[in-house]
Amino acid sequence: MTEPLEQETIEIPLKHVRKSLPHDSAAKHVTGTATYIDDMPEAIGTLHVVPGWAKQAVRGKIQSLDLSDVQFSPGVVAVLTADNVPGTNDCSSGFGDDPVLAKGEILFYGQVVFAVVAKTRDQARKAAQKARIDVAEITPILTQEDAVDAETIVLPDYQFRRGSPETGMPAAEEIQSGSMRIGGQEHFYLEGQIAMAVPEEDGGMLVYSSTQHPTEVQHTIAKVLGVPDARVTAEVRRMGGGFGGKESQANQWASLAALGAHATGKACKCRLDRDDDMIMTGKRHDFRVDWKIGHDAEGKIRAVDLEFLSRCGYSVDLSLGVNDRTLFHADSSYFYPDALIRSRRLRTDTVSNTAFRGFGGPQGMLAAERMIDAIAIKLGKDPLTVRKLNFYNGDHNLTPFGMPVEEYEVMHDLIDTLETSSDYWARREAVKEFNASNAVLKKGLALTPIKFGISFTLKHLNQAGALVHLYTDGSVHLNHGGTEMGQGLYQKIAQVVAEEFGVTLDKVRITATNTSKVPNTGPTAASSGTDLNAMAAKLAAKKIKDRLVNFLSEQHQCKAEAIHFGDNKVLVGEQSFSLAEIAKQAHMVRIQMSHAGYYATPGITWDRDNATGRPFFYFAFGGACSEVTIDTMTGEMTVDRVDILHDVGHSLNPAIDIGQIEGGFVQGMGWLTTEELVWDDKGRLRTHAPSTYKIPTASDIPEDFNVNLYEGNGNPEDTIYRSKAVGEPPVMLANSVFCAINDAVASLNPGELPDLDAPATPETIMKAVREIRQRKASS
Amino acid sequence: MRDTIRFLKGGDVVELTDVGSTETVLEYLRLRRLETGTKEGCGEGDCGACTVALGRLIDGKMVYQPVNSCIQLLGMIDGAELVTVEDLVQDKRLHPVQQAMLDLHGSQCGFCTPGFIMTLFTLYHATEVEKSRKTVTEWLAGNLCRCTGYRPIVDAALLACFETADDAFSWRAKETREQIRALADSRDIFIGDSDGFFASPASLDGLAALYDQHPDATLVAGATDVGLWITKQMRDLPKMVWLGRIDGLDRVEETPSGVLLGAMATYQATEASMTRLSPDLGELWKRIGSKQVRASGTVGGNIANGSPIGDTPPALIALGATLELQSATDNRALSLEEFFIGYGKQDRSPGEFVTGLFVPRLNSNQAFRCYKISKRFDQDISSVMAAFRFTVDEGVITDARIAYGGMAATPKRAAGAETALKGAILDDPATWGAGMQALAGDFTPMTDMRASAEYRNETARALLAKALMEISGTPDSDLRVLAKREADHDRAA
Repeated sequence: MTEPLEQETIEIPLKHVRKSLPHDSAAKHVTGTATYIDDMPEAIGTLHVVPGWAKQAVRGKIQSLDLSDVQFSPGVVAVLTADNVPGTNDCSSGFGDDPVLAKGEILFYGQVVFAVVAKTRDQARKAAQKARIDVAEITPILTQEDAVDAETIVLPDYQFRRGSPETGMPAAEEIQSGSMRIGGQEHFYLEGQIAMAVPEEDGGMLVYSSTQHPTEVQHTIAKVLGVPDARVTAEVRRMGGGFGGKESQANQWASLAALGAHATGKACKCRLDRDDDMIMTGKRHDFRVDWKIGHDAEGKIRAVDLEFLSRCGYSVDLSLGVNDRTLFHADSSYFYPDALIRSRRLRTDTVSNTAFRGFGGPQGMLAAERMIDAIAIKLGKDPLTVRKLNFYNGDHNLTPFGMPVEEYEVMHDLIDTLETSSDYWARREAVKEFNASNAVLKKGLALTPIKFGISFTLKHLNQAGALVHLYTDGSVHLNHGGTEMGQGLYQKIAQVVAEEFGVTLDKVRITATNTSKVPNTGPTAASSGTDLNAMAAKLAAKKIKDRLVNFLSEQHQCKAEAIHFGDNKVLVGEQSFSLAEIAKQAHMVRIQMSHAGYYATPGITWDRDNATGRPFFYFAFGGACSEVTIDTMTGEMTVDRVDILHDVGHSLNPAIDIGQIEGGFVQGMGWLTTEELVWDDKGRLRTHAPSTYKIPTASDIPEDFNVNLYEGNGNPEDTIYRSKAVGEPPVMLANSVFCAINDAVASLNPGELPDLDAPATPETIMKAVREIRQRKASS
Repeated sequence: MRDTIRFLKGGDVVELTDVGSTETVLEYLRLRRLETGTKEGCGEGDCGACTVALGRLIDGKMVYQPVNSCIQLLGMIDGAELVTVEDLVQDKRLHPVQQAMLDLHGSQCGFCTPGFIMTLFTLYHATEVEKSRKTVTEWLAGNLCRCTGYRPIVDAALLACFETADDAFSWRAKETREQIRALADSRDIFIGDSDGFFASPASLDGLAALYDQHPDATLVAGATDVGLWITKQMRDLPKMVWLGRIDGLDRVEETPSGVLLGAMATYQATEASMTRLSPDLGELWKRIGSKQVRASGTVGGNIANGSPIGDTPPALIALGATLELQSATDNRALSLEEFFIGYGKQDRSPGEFVTGLFVPRLNSNQAFRCYKISKRFDQDISSVMAAFRFTVDEGVITDARIAYGGMAATPKRAAGAETALKGAILDDPATWGAGMQALAGDFTPMTDMRASAEYRNETARALLAKALMEISGTPDSDLRVLAKREADHDRAA
């Protein structure tokens, strides 16, 4: 349990950390002066790269590729194909199966076959239309069922097993089973994929890339160009949104820009058109989940048998980690005595699915909530009662992968608090009354928990570096391996570094993430950006500060405890100096005022072969209560009220954390309601623009939207100022919306589980309504 | 004749002699002026990241409206004041909407933010708007944010946008009005040559003559559709004729018998009149596109372009609207449903163009209902659009006009249901059955990314039932999830 934080409570009051300060770029955002890659001044002669593809083809060998009309289109400088790749034609994260440019075969709808380099982007786009590509099409494998039949996989099956579900299941008083579909999700970052490559001397390449993983962009380009990593530098100041969609998926466009620059000797920019972006880049994995649960008459789970059929697309990409994380979260917050949780990583002839905020976790948790709802409906109990009955507790706190849920008391307290603050039980009665007196409109209510494991499950990614300089005027240069995609990482780390040096925030210069400053970084992902990079930056700042303290304590013959940093000053006993003075003095006596900080998450272990260990440093918790109204004639739905309580430990910046929670919830709500990816029967994506793919708008959020941070004792683990990660977990708060819709449909035929898939669009809701009414009529 | 366009930016008159037929305002800002505050998010007018404000004189007052600069043609800003995010900071001080967005943490990644700022700027300058969350979300429907979940942005709008305007634009409003007045003239604009041009005639006769000479030209009203032909289909459209300067073509006249709309009347300009015709029309109008789309898009364009999924035609057909067409040699009128011949095909000859629309008022014994069904409430294209006009005498339906969108290749009347419903008794739902059954034979919809054929059929039927239930006295609040309604209907006469 949480240890008392004595050290911190006796420290001088915090000046910057734990304050609701604005995002470092807020003033630039609102004035349009924040620079994204497309806004950077272009070098004279900058050219534009546009990917070309076979507009109809889904799968098949390229019979002929006629690019002559492309070549002679106005403004075209070069046309690149796989033959123009000097190094290795691969931009994958490690499995070697993602060609930058197609190698004689179309593997999915939207695969890049060639790239046009032209003087203007408009010329390049028009030229790219003029290719003639003949493909000998074969019947593609599109669905989970197709892939199961054809036995195509990208990775071997994997599973967690505990106890004996084979004997536990039959021994249960009640056994229920079912199957549900969970749709994927398009990231819809507002800034589409973009990179600009500037050739440098000696075959070097400087690449500005909108990426969550500059190191991977650097390494990929080096591989594609066939040059050492040291020749390539990747830089990103900010992204206009990432959400996982720029973790591995930025590699290809950065590679195309670099290939263009390599071929022409000119700076090259590659900015995807929105439709191309939505067609060519991977999305959240969509699933079919087959579930079976055994429980007793009270609602206590006895045994679980879950199978996750995941559509990975044509290549591995990040499917290993994504699908593992589904299994890690298939328990949601519930203890499964006997469990078999299986994962199949199916290969389909579709765009390769990738990271998306939650990284497989949301699908796993939604399946668990589905089973809880099934139990509650079957037994005529309130779903919240059944949820709490099955929560991890002091007697049962071991997950199916062997890691204990040590903070189960936080989980209980958080849900109890939310249950009260949301007035759950009174509203449950009100919903019942509403439904009794309304024939067409039906309300639903649900309160669901989250428990999300924090750390990369690939252990080596849990490390970070930072580079901090103190200059002789007392100003600070801050650099680290984390990338800024809007989540406020730069701001939080600047607060930490300002706190460490005792300087005002205006003294801290935040600089763009750059592989030549901090090398070999992991992606900014897994919610861990702050946990890792802020720690590295704090350590770097502390090292410099310690050197100054040593110097001062010698010079002034005082103890280190007598030296304090604050307000841009240094107090040495009774004497006060400006930090600038001290920095100058230190420089004169040759003290190094730069340090590369490094941090690796302690205490995590994971034995994947035996599916056991402690893969997560800690868990983040939360809960949400949502109320919805559905129209049982049309399937239309409104979210009427949402109450959220979320655990971020001791927040580094409450305003930024609230922003992550609200934004994550709304993004999750979109995933489970209006955001529907539709492929036609030939395997072509039909929803590839905001006109057809509908993310939430301002009117979709409930007017009554109450979001609070859980006030606990902070993170029991020694994280940065005892905070907890916040990036991904809030997405799963939206499970409450889906469960509330399910609750509304279930009111039409008490005792029966609605056949509701995600996303619950009006049509999907209507389908469930029709089906449950038919069951009622035929019973 | 004038061979330039002129507009205001940052207090100065800008005059351009080189305006491409398909050049957009966004291209002009980013590529020619190198002003990169305005962003491209989608290039099709759906995300709002490229929102800029256009100020025009309406009834003697400067009115600022948001438009999507990615699909607004450069020539279309002739005579207006163009305001972008770069223009808002005055004397190094943030504009009130910028300050509120900063103070309330309204930005995360910041890419959508300039677009939001500009929409909020137009709301800040709007008069006669009710301070409410509903007003704000209605204005923001065309601005997508993927990071914040909107709550802080809506709060910022509520904080900043409902005070009397007190910014550099209000301070220099008098001067701006004079500058804008000085830009207005009645000369035809023609930039280019007979092979390629941007033209904007100032009169109907001028248009007729030009179109007669260049029947291959593209007529553009609000460019909310033509813009996509340029940005997405990359069509070559060398001859562009913008209808926005034709005197009187934007008229909206309410007469005792109905409302007369000029072909260039925007959704925005017609909203009040439509709401007065029927509260359901008002609701529908608010859900067409977004504020940006409604500021540019026209009812005439929605009809002339002939889309099977346009939101207005079913409602207008059910109301019995008629269309006016003109060419160099002829004028004619026809009922709106006759205009739609087949998919993408309309009853319009070469050189002929739509000039206006007449929408008759409801009689006291008529009740009107319309419903838009879409995946998302705001700024979405309908999967099913349904509109009903029932004439009711002593509780009996004596006439029904029913039109649907999304159910066929064109907006189409439900002839079978209309006939079968004659004689149906409102208080006796059993008598509605024939109409409900007949509806099944009226349409064979298709399955696409918006909905399946099955759902379309089912919903079409449900909406007919819903309309009948409503006019029979079931309160709207029992039948509609959206609590956005402007006014409750009376029970049908």
